[in-house]
Amino acid sequence: MTSRRGHGAIDDPLSRGTGKATAIRIEDVSKTFDTAAVLHDFTLDVRAGELLALLGPSGSGKTTLLRIIAGLDFPDRGRIIFGGDDATQVPVQRRAVGFVFQHYALFKHMTVAQNIAYGLNARKRSERPDKAEIKRRVGNLLDLIKLSGFADRYPSQLSGGQRQRIALARALAVEPRVLLLDEPFGALDAQVRKDLRRWLREIHDRTGQTTIFVTHDQDEALELSDRVAVLDRGRLEQVGTPDEVQEHPVSPTVLKFLGDTIEVEAIAQNGQVLVNGRPTPLKAPAHLVGPVKLYARPWQLQFAEAGEAHLTGTVRSSYRTQGRQRIEVDRPGAKVVVVEAADTARLAAGREVGLRIVGGHVFP
Amino acid sequence: MSEALTQGPLSPPTEAVRLPASVVTERRMVRWLLIAVALAFLALFLVLPLLTVFAQALAKGWGAYFTAFAEPDAQAAIRLTLLVAAIAVPFNLVFGVAASWAIAKFEFRGKNLLVTLIDLPFSVSPVVSGLIYVLVFGSRGLFGPFLVEHDIQIIFAVPGIVLATIFVTFPFVARQLIPLMQEQGTAEEEAALTLGASGWHAFRTVTLPNIRWGLLYSVLLCNARAMGEFGAVSVVSGHIRGLTNTLPLHVEILYNEYNFVAAFAVASLLAGLALVTLAVKSVLEWRYADDLAAGARRH
Repeated sequence: MTSRRGHGAIDDPLSRGTGKATAIRIEDVSKTFDTAAVLHDFTLDVRAGELLALLGPSGSGKTTLLRIIAGLDFPDRGRIIFGGDDATQVPVQRRAVGFVFQHYALFKHMTVAQNIAYGLNARKRSERPDKAEIKRRVGNLLDLIKLSGFADRYPSQLSGGQRQRIALARALAVEPRVLLLDEPFGALDAQVRKDLRRWLREIHDRTGQTTIFVTHDQDEALELSDRVAVLDRGRLEQVGTPDEVQEHPVSPTVLKFLGDTIEVEAIAQNGQVLVNGRPTPLKAPAHLVGPVKLYARPWQLQFAEAGEAHLTGTVRSSYRTQGRQRIEVDRPGAKVVVVEAADTARLAAGREVGLRIVGGHVFP
Repeated sequence: MSEALTQGPLSPPTEAVRLPASVVTERRMVRWLLIAVALAFLALFLVLPLLTVFAQALAKGWGAYFTAFAEPDAQAAIRLTLLVAAIAVPFNLVFGVAASWAIAKFEFRGKNLLVTLIDLPFSVSPVVSGLIYVLVFGSRGLFGPFLVEHDIQIIFAVPGIVLATIFVTFPFVARQLIPLMQEQGTAEEEAALTLGASGWHAFRTVTLPNIRWGLLYSVLLCNARAMGEFGAVSVVSGHIRGLTNTLPLHVEILYNEYNFVAAFAVASLLAGLALVTLAVKSVLEWRYADDLAAGARRH
């Protein structure tokens, strides 16, 4: 997570986006489609100027929540409050939100410049800036998204990444109170995604625009956001900085959703956590006694001699990725575990190995 | 290039070069035979009748041909046909766009029923369509006494012809636009709304431009049918010369009177309309294939 410190705006990642006023309050929002409940009494405060990720698996209600904030959907119960004003019944046109769609939703028959100017041209005559002013603002936005030479192109002449940048400029043109992005990089390929993420973070640091984006990609959420809200089946599981949710996940759901997890049966006893009778470095919380579940990341397991191992198994397969070795280990009568180790020689399939647990989290 | 590469296990045997490029094909003979059958069929059933229409129309020279149009009854028929199309087409344009908009962009109860109802005129015989109006608006029909009392004539008059034409050409615009609009989804409209546009502004600046070619295409077909409709109009018209005869009905009357030159001359006008429609339709299909695609796939 060192990359986030590279932006240089604020040194301590924990303080980013904190200590500021609430920009949007989502209060006890519930929503049901047909008979399926999508959101249950959902409450969340969005702070002014922060970049908040709504992270969750598909069907967790995150897109519905975003659409409710935008005014494209309406909650069955609950309120949406924009800077102190109840906006629940305010129609989408008057909410002053910028919405960026997963598939861009650019106007195909308009040039890039016309797309960006759309929101300004749609205003009532009395509130509309004059032609020169619109042109100036479009020019500034094209500079911001680094597509200055593209004003007269049509969306069909642009790549996916360029289209998504135009969509962002179009949303920013109306000077929205909040920028909402629905899986903004979902339709792009891996390399473009990475570049756009970094670029979005830069834009955010430069404009200070309150931004909420929806994603099901934990890396994207952890890399990009000031705070992450983890959603599961229409409920808010946890909200916190990327470090908080990773270091102190409140539930196995959050833990599992943030990355590969190994689940091991364990015993909590006298403040210690034992696996197969052998103590681990983990401390058991005081209220946990007896059988518990231990969750560890692939890099929280190490190969060990039989005398020190918590688990044993045979190597099923191993492969190398970006300087790390990932090894799948079969355990008799239990789930396969994936171990991530520093780059060593490839382990032959079928070899007997012992594994030592060096970190993780304990839940009932 | 080395021997090993050209003769390697992956290079195709040399005989393969003579095989056709595509695997999915027939032998040359079969292909020619199929094309010949198709062309012969087209010649016999489409080109020959079309040529006959023009040949018969000009059988007694250009003078007789133009005389057929100079006749007051023919001119009245042309005027009536244009009038009916001028009412029916815009009506169905507005209705078709409204219905497609509702069906493609919103969820509501009875949506499937509405889609089925829109298709109804295509599945009902035009004669039945005409009879429905006679039963409803005729002097012995449902509203007959009321209409007689207020001296309103619908059947055997222009309003009846307009109603029957509207009914028959009802599905053209909607059927073309519903799949097109469904494929386009609502994201662009939603984008326009979030940018502050009113519903009407979004419709004018986003929806309408997206469907313009599909709309033009369907209006063209709708117009051709409106001007050429015979069955339904025949039932409600009453065939009053110079008053309630449209072009197709006028052709029939002339033909029944053995006035072949005049009949075919007027018919050539309708045939010409068909040819122009076909040409414009082809240009639209060729030029804006992508914009029409969703609709064309359903036909």
